[in-house]
Amino acid sequence: MEKPANRAGSRRSFLAATAATGLAVAGFPMVARGQSKAPIKIGMPTILSGRVAQIGISSRNAAQMTVDDFNAAGGLDGRMIELVVRDSKGKPDEAARVVRELINSDGCTIILDAEASSASFAVQEVVRETGHLSIHTVSETSSLSADSKIRTANAFRAARQGIHDSSFAGKYAAEIAKAQGLKRWMICSPDYAYGRDTSGEFLEYLKIFEPSVELAGETWPKLFAADYTENITKILQVKPQALYTCLYGGDLVTFIDQGNLYDLFAQANVFAVNMADYTTLREIKKLPKGIHSANRYLTTFPATKANAEWGERYRKKYDVLPINWSWENAVGMQFLTEAMKKTGSDDAKVLAQALRGMVIESPFGADGKITMRAEDQTIVGYAIGWGTTIPTQPYVTDMQAADWGFIVEREAEWKKRKGYA
Amino acid sequence: MNLDALLDCVAASSCLVTQISAGLIIGMLLFLVACGLTLIFGVLGVINFTHGSFYMMGAYIALTTFQTTGSYALAVLASTLGVALFGVIFERFFMARVYGADVLMQLLVCYAFILILDDVAKIVWGADFRAMGMPEAFVLPPLRVAGGFLPPFYLFLAAVTVAIAITLGVVIAKTRFGKIVRAAAANRQMVGVLGINTALLYAAVFALGSALAGIAGALAAPVRSVVPGMGFSILIESFIVTVIGGMGSIAGAFVAAILVGITRSFGSIGFPLFTDGTMFVFMVLVLLIKPTGLFGRRPG
Repeated sequence: MEKPANRAGSRRSFLAATAATGLAVAGFPMVARGQSKAPIKIGMPTILSGRVAQIGISSRNAAQMTVDDFNAAGGLDGRMIELVVRDSKGKPDEAARVVRELINSDGCTIILDAEASSASFAVQEVVRETGHLSIHTVSETSSLSADSKIRTANAFRAARQGIHDSSFAGKYAAEIAKAQGLKRWMICSPDYAYGRDTSGEFLEYLKIFEPSVELAGETWPKLFAADYTENITKILQVKPQALYTCLYGGDLVTFIDQGNLYDLFAQANVFAVNMADYTTLREIKKLPKGIHSANRYLTTFPATKANAEWGERYRKKYDVLPINWSWENAVGMQFLTEAMKKTGSDDAKVLAQALRGMVIESPFGADGKITMRAEDQTIVGYAIGWGTTIPTQPYVTDMQAADWGFIVEREAEWKKRKGYA
Repeated sequence: MNLDALLDCVAASSCLVTQISAGLIIGMLLFLVACGLTLIFGVLGVINFTHGSFYMMGAYIALTTFQTTGSYALAVLASTLGVALFGVIFERFFMARVYGADVLMQLLVCYAFILILDDVAKIVWGADFRAMGMPEAFVLPPLRVAGGFLPPFYLFLAAVTVAIAITLGVVIAKTRFGKIVRAAAANRQMVGVLGINTALLYAAVFALGSALAGIAGALAAPVRSVVPGMGFSILIESFIVTVIGGMGSIAGAFVAAILVGITRSFGSIGFPLFTDGTMFVFMVLVLLIKPTGLFGRRPG
């Protein structure tokens, strides 16, 4: 016969086990629901300090605006996107470290890489290793997506490309060179991957469309150089008829300010691909007349209601006009959110599959649409144009829009020449 | 290397005028910053790594004053006095505590303030670059001399720098204060023993050195983007100038700054891929041949 204490102990144990089981059964759906409502964390390494802090500031603003729209519409089945932004200061080693931290410490499952070219290659190698889905939204160096040795299945690009811009830029500049007899050209661009590649591509296409031009000289200031006096005086010595530069942001403003001291812009026709960014245009107090520029971002190009409305919404939200990196990050985030909506998933492989070949409605598209091309996982169809800058709104006039058929043909030829095809 | 282009330039008066003037201008700003650095080191024996941040503060104070008042003269004055005052506070409350400490401790204090001042600049003025614009009085076409280009603003900058250099030279050589500064540079302890108020002296020297960085920032503001962290690049160059010229030597800083400026100016034509490297080669040669610098003296 059992002793009374043992019987009481086993009854207590039985009651405790029953209560625990009951709680677990009743509480499990709530716990499970809580876990399924966990935010989708998207890590965003970018540049938030230094001379090109506007890269990070404008990128973050635009990405967040798109995230807010997505979350306001209910997110992904109630799961909200949380954007986790970190400053890499534009250094490749720091960008790689920051991305690993976003993945390992912050629990980010997707990377929206808003790094400049120098660091984006570092980010590419990290995500190649980890397998996380990544969209590059700032780097314009074409080899990032064109070169199959660099490209990876889980990384995409939602940014303009040097080869797209340069092929049309070369044609635009060649027409002006022909009309005005501009034979002697010079390059003054920042000495790193983007500067060298973009300037080289521009010159290549300029010579294709106007073979009589010659490169009379070149000068390569360091990226983020504080002083361009020696570069400017070299340009004055070479006496080119036309000058191409892909300096941007604070660097371009400094170059213009210092060039004005030497009356540089009265002595050469200037083609500054990155001039038509609102921040740059508004900081230059004495904008020289007649500088040619690509569109970067303008609320008036494409001249559509959707584009103007997006620009105005951004301006109202952040009290500043959007710039090139704004639209690129808006597009990158839009691709991500639409892929999530389409697949109902935030899984890297599932999203990557959905992204390849995806077409989105976009105010920044040349015809209202932008495509994430499957073959090299980079966007095509965004609006590209060149015109002449003026110091007041709309800041660029006589815009000539590029034809994407033309650009794709030139790009294919370029890839063959480079061995990327 | 493009020696042909360099020889062509030297043979052409227009190129010579433009490149020499550009070299002098590059050197002038460097001298102002390096001069303050070398003055502080010469008297206090302290390497003020925060000096570049003082230059940055000078630029920001000038930017804000100019945008508020429209007066560039006021902007330069505000920068000079503002950074001088900050220099005194920094010296009295922070650097004074680590004068006798290991150089690593001094470096830590300075580096901490570099980070603090960069973040203060971001908070107050934003992380993005700002441009002051050229004061109306200097919106003029460049002067043409023998076919070369001389921007009026740069002539003004050079004139101000030369005036400061001469004034500093006279003050150091001919005034009682200058005598005390030279004595302290030779033997700090003895100056204290002789009854000179060394705390006041150190604060005054730090104020002067900081003021020079502040003026440099104000003079650079019309032609450089003003951005947090902008002091770092000029700090490195100033150290090179100080080492070449001799730590503690103002005349040395002047000569070295001009040398660096001319090298960069003609280097961009003759050896553009190695212009920066050339500065370091100079520095190494000086360290090998005369380790105390061109005008430096052996410590007493």
